[in-house]
Amino acid sequence: MGTIVEQIQGIPLNHYLIFCSVIFAIGVIGVLIRRNVIIIMMSIELMLNSVNLLLAAFSAYHGDASGQVFVFFIMALAAAEVAVGLAIVIMVYRNTKSIDIDSLNKLRW
Amino acid sequence: MIELIWLIPLIPLLGFVVNGLGRNYLPKKLIAIIGCGAVLTSFIISIALFSEVYQDRLAGGDGQIFKNYFDWFTVGNLNVSFSFLIDPLSSIMLLIVTGIGFLIHLYSVSYMSHDDGFGKFFAYLNLFIFFMLLLVLGSNYLIMFIGWEGVGLCSYLLIGFWYKNGSFASAAKKAFVMNRIGDLGFLLAVFFILDTFGSLEFSTVFSQATGMTSGDSTLLLITILLFIGASGKSAQIPLFTWLPDAMAGPTPVSALIHAATMVTAGIYMIARSNILFTLSPITMQLIAVIGIATALVAAFIAITQNDIKKVLAYSTVSQLGYMFLGLGVGAFTGAFFHVITHAFFKALLFLGAGSVIHAMSNEQDMRNMGGLKKALPITYVTMLIGTIAIAGIPPLSGFFSKDEILAHAFFANPVLWGLGLLAAFFTAFYMFRLLYLTFFGKFRGTEAQQSHLHESPWQMTVPLIILAILAIGGGLLNVPEALHGNHWLASFLQPVFADSQAIATPFHLSHETEYILMAVSALAAIAMAIFAYRKYVSNNEIPKADGEETGALYNLSYKKLYIDELYDKVIVQPLNAASRFLYKVVDKSLIDGLVNGIGSFFVFSGKGIRQLQSGYVTFYIFMMVLGVIAIMLYGLLYS
Repeated sequence: MGTIVEQIQGIPLNHYLIFCSVIFAIGVIGVLIRRNVIIIMMSIELMLNSVNLLLAAFSAYHGDASGQVFVFFIMALAAAEVAVGLAIVIMVYRNTKSIDIDSLNKLRW
Repeated sequence: MIELIWLIPLIPLLGFVVNGLGRNYLPKKLIAIIGCGAVLTSFIISIALFSEVYQDRLAGGDGQIFKNYFDWFTVGNLNVSFSFLIDPLSSIMLLIVTGIGFLIHLYSVSYMSHDDGFGKFFAYLNLFIFFMLLLVLGSNYLIMFIGWEGVGLCSYLLIGFWYKNGSFASAAKKAFVMNRIGDLGFLLAVFFILDTFGSLEFSTVFSQATGMTSGDSTLLLITILLFIGASGKSAQIPLFTWLPDAMAGPTPVSALIHAATMVTAGIYMIARSNILFTLSPITMQLIAVIGIATALVAAFIAITQNDIKKVLAYSTVSQLGYMFLGLGVGAFTGAFFHVITHAFFKALLFLGAGSVIHAMSNEQDMRNMGGLKKALPITYVTMLIGTIAIAGIPPLSGFFSKDEILAHAFFANPVLWGLGLLAAFFTAFYMFRLLYLTFFGKFRGTEAQQSHLHESPWQMTVPLIILAILAIGGGLLNVPEALHGNHWLASFLQPVFADSQAIATPFHLSHETEYILMAVSALAAIAMAIFAYRKYVSNNEIPKADGEETGALYNLSYKKLYIDELYDKVIVQPLNAASRFLYKVVDKSLIDGLVNGIGSFFVFSGKGIRQLQSGYVTFYIFMMVLGVIAIMLYGLLYS
């Protein structure tokens, strides 16, 4: 453990922050501009994982393990979310013969 | 008999219920028997009651019988009981209402026999008698007020009895609305009485009022409001125009309600409250002035009317004016005396006119009558008696009652007497004009009418004869001292007016003055009778047809002084305009605009905002991101 922590601390915290922000932003933009549901879900994963990385980094810098515990929770949650999400995608595909998010526009005024 | 008081109003009410429910099922004979019998029973009980009161008066008592039936309601300190008061005043009124009421019921049996609404008519008449008896018998202002409103309702129903005729229906409405104006005055007066005296019982109110000073401002207010109520019901200026229009109803109704009983309710009420009025001299002067003005105006209009019932209607208004003049100058007995005699001869005249109309196949225009003397001998003789009585020619009843009022008016103010005498001139003229145009000269109607002429059946002539006898002898009730009479009515009514007489200046005229006054008015009446005879019988003059050119004064009288037109211009049309304004501008534009505006505001804003619900998930997420960014920025900048 000690060595890993030292390795992580070998990189300045700012770099983690900028890196994670960039990945998060890529995730957000992916969700916003892509119309394929699968890609959107992947983008969401990207956002979640950027947060995970940041939590791990903070945890290491603070010497507090609870941040890493959070990461595990989030991963479990993400797995469940993907399971549900992919099931929804399959149902969407069966009903609309498409996985374009814009085909789900029936719920409107 | 005292135990039976409650039956007096109850029996006509029962008659109303039975006839009202069975109006379409019961045979006409049975309806007539129930209708007449109910009133006759009340009349018999009233006679017994009257004799009881009379015995008590002879024995030196005050003739008062007070009967409390139940406490109607108690609110706080106010306790209103349902109770009846019989005293000399109400016992005489009972006799008039039930006695003349019975005669008119009997008359109606024949008069209305061809009418489809026979049962309805008798039901209404009985209901009217019930309410009138309630008005007369009530021992407090509230019971009186119930009767007061009830007779107004019956008057409305009976004026509009032939409601299919639009103008009759609107005459009924006019009567009702004008009465409502007066009723509001009465109602306000009742509230003020309650506020001032803490009770509505006559005995409490009057005994408390006796202790008040003359000219008290509260009393002034109360009496003015009471007088407004009386002027609505008794057709005084400015609320008198409904009475001539009320002739739209069947003739027995005109005789019963609009001549003998209901319209005298105002006089009865003021005579009942005499002490309140005696203590407010300003109101008394107002009553005298309004009374004489009404007497003059109505008599002036009556001179040129051609409808036989219209003449009698204006004559009634004019005679009611006399009664108010009597009240105003403090001649309570005289005014009430005139109520009695007027009930006799005016009911007689109306029923006589009804007999004429019946014989003439519903013709009412006197220009198409004439020469009916031979065809209708009983009607002619009885109407002649009625005419002499109302004109004030001695020794018939009208002379005594009118003269008593005029003598008191002379004592109060000779100007009032002079104007009253002028009205007496008019009265004698228009009544003899009516008589001559109807019964003298040549027949001016159509062939069909002439062949149909007939004397009325006994149900109609018997009431005429009885009323004629009463109209001749009614004056004996109160022969003045100057003619060696004993003032029977005055001494009988003495307890009712005792408190007022103690306060008012005692009436005193020397016998010589009284003789002169009597001679002047009797001569005036006779002179006008002769004048009318020369004009309409010797010279065979017939009133001009509607389109013909007439003098300005004649036209003014013929057009009823344009009072209806004036009211139309001053009150009705502005009210209509105001209603139209409220409807079109305030209601349609303002209120509807406000309500619709709120509605359309939400419709339009909803239309705008719903654009956000595009259905595109991307858009929602974009908005969410924007929101998150906004919150973050806020947190960064303002924390």
